[in-house]
Amino acid sequence: MTGNEKKIIDVKNLYISFGKLEVLRGITEHVNKGEKMVIVGPSGSGKSTFLRCLNLLETPTKGQIWFDGVKITDKKTDVNKIRQKMGMVFQQFNMFNHLSVLQNITLAPMKLLGLSKEDAEKRADKLLERIGLSDKKYEYPRRLSGGQQQRVAIVRALAMEPKVMLFDEPTSALDPEMVQEVLDLIKQLAQEEMTMVIVTHEMGFAKEIATRVLFMDEGRIVEQNPPEEFFSNPQSPRLKDFLSKVL
Amino acid sequence: MLDTFNRVFIANDMYKVYLLGLKNTLYIAVGACILGFVIGAAIAFVRIAPKNNIVIKILEPIAKLYVTIIRGTPVVLQLLIIYFVILKSLNYIWGGVFVGIVTFGINSGAYMSEILRAGLNAVDKGQMEAGRSLGFTWGQTMWRIILPQGIKNALPTMFNEFIMLLKETSVAGYIAIIDLVKASRMVTSQTMEVFGPLLIVAVIYLVMVLGLQRVHRILERRMGKGDR
Repeated sequence: MTGNEKKIIDVKNLYISFGKLEVLRGITEHVNKGEKMVIVGPSGSGKSTFLRCLNLLETPTKGQIWFDGVKITDKKTDVNKIRQKMGMVFQQFNMFNHLSVLQNITLAPMKLLGLSKEDAEKRADKLLERIGLSDKKYEYPRRLSGGQQQRVAIVRALAMEPKVMLFDEPTSALDPEMVQEVLDLIKQLAQEEMTMVIVTHEMGFAKEIATRVLFMDEGRIVEQNPPEEFFSNPQSPRLKDFLSKVL
Repeated sequence: MLDTFNRVFIANDMYKVYLLGLKNTLYIAVGACILGFVIGAAIAFVRIAPKNNIVIKILEPIAKLYVTIIRGTPVVLQLLIIYFVILKSLNYIWGGVFVGIVTFGINSGAYMSEILRAGLNAVDKGQMEAGRSLGFTWGQTMWRIILPQGIKNALPTMFNEFIMLLKETSVAGYIAIIDLVKASRMVTSQTMEVFGPLLIVAVIYLVMVLGLQRVHRILERRMGKGDR
């Protein structure tokens, strides 16, 4: 138990193909509790697919994943229960457009955790206050800006009190002036010991928030290091090339 | 003019003939509408459900065949086949109205399934992913998140189908049901007036369709809360 206690996600030899296309080619990696792992890489490198494998939104072709000591790739594991403990934030926000902001946040805690309406709304109120959107709680998502929608989407995931948060390019669909408010919220979360796995194109943000940065290319993890080392002293030619283009 | 109206509607309690026709038309239309919706929803479910279940795998080709056959043949023919072939061979005398409900329900179900399927498929894939990522099952996400948005998408085409169904029941006379059109023919044969009874029945249909449109508008407004 000693070595494993710190690991919250453990991935062994993960492969996934879509038809003939091999997207992940053997990934073995782990995430420790409290870690903020940032994954970067060119588009098509498999980083989003890897992230989506972690809560089984994509089904791996081969390999195993453990979450909090439970082998989630096992057919007998109740994936829905596991997902309650892994919050996910999407590039396209994916707010439930037919529900108000408040209902978006309270739906899952009420139906899945069995919270009463009052308790769920209390929880939602606190979260909304924190992101400064209390006055929008009865609005419908389409009346919110992209940045506001994404922040609500983040607290919607937080309302389930997950152990890990997965971010799939959370700022890529935002207008430039709204990127900062979302990044600031994620940074705040990072300071609260939340374990995070983040796929992003924001290198400055990665440098600032990550405890470890991974570089993926062609379905493999090519290189990884703490951010200072990663950005200042890249080893592989692919990463050097990549950084020279994005920095 | 007034005299004609008197003869085809008021004299000899002639309006009772229309009322009988209206009653049967409504029974068939409402019954078939409900049956059609249930069948349509069931087929749409089978066709969009994940294909990892053996029952779904077996049901899907059956559902497809059903839609193909029903959409590929005229409703009058279906009415005649069900009335004169299938039910007669069961040696059982069914009421005409009941046969009407079953036939038009089966017919409408095929169209309704495609309407619902299109509406549900038009909901962004990210909605399902967001629901699943929170821990909802496929069924829960479908029910609470996809369905409310999908039905809203399908509403205009759904009401189009309801209106067509209501008017299509006018062929029920083929199996000796006294529906509105048949009622008008009966009045004609008693009064020798052709235009009057047809006009009256046309107005009744029009009023019913206007009512349906009104219901559509109300529902659309109520479901449109999340727009803009």
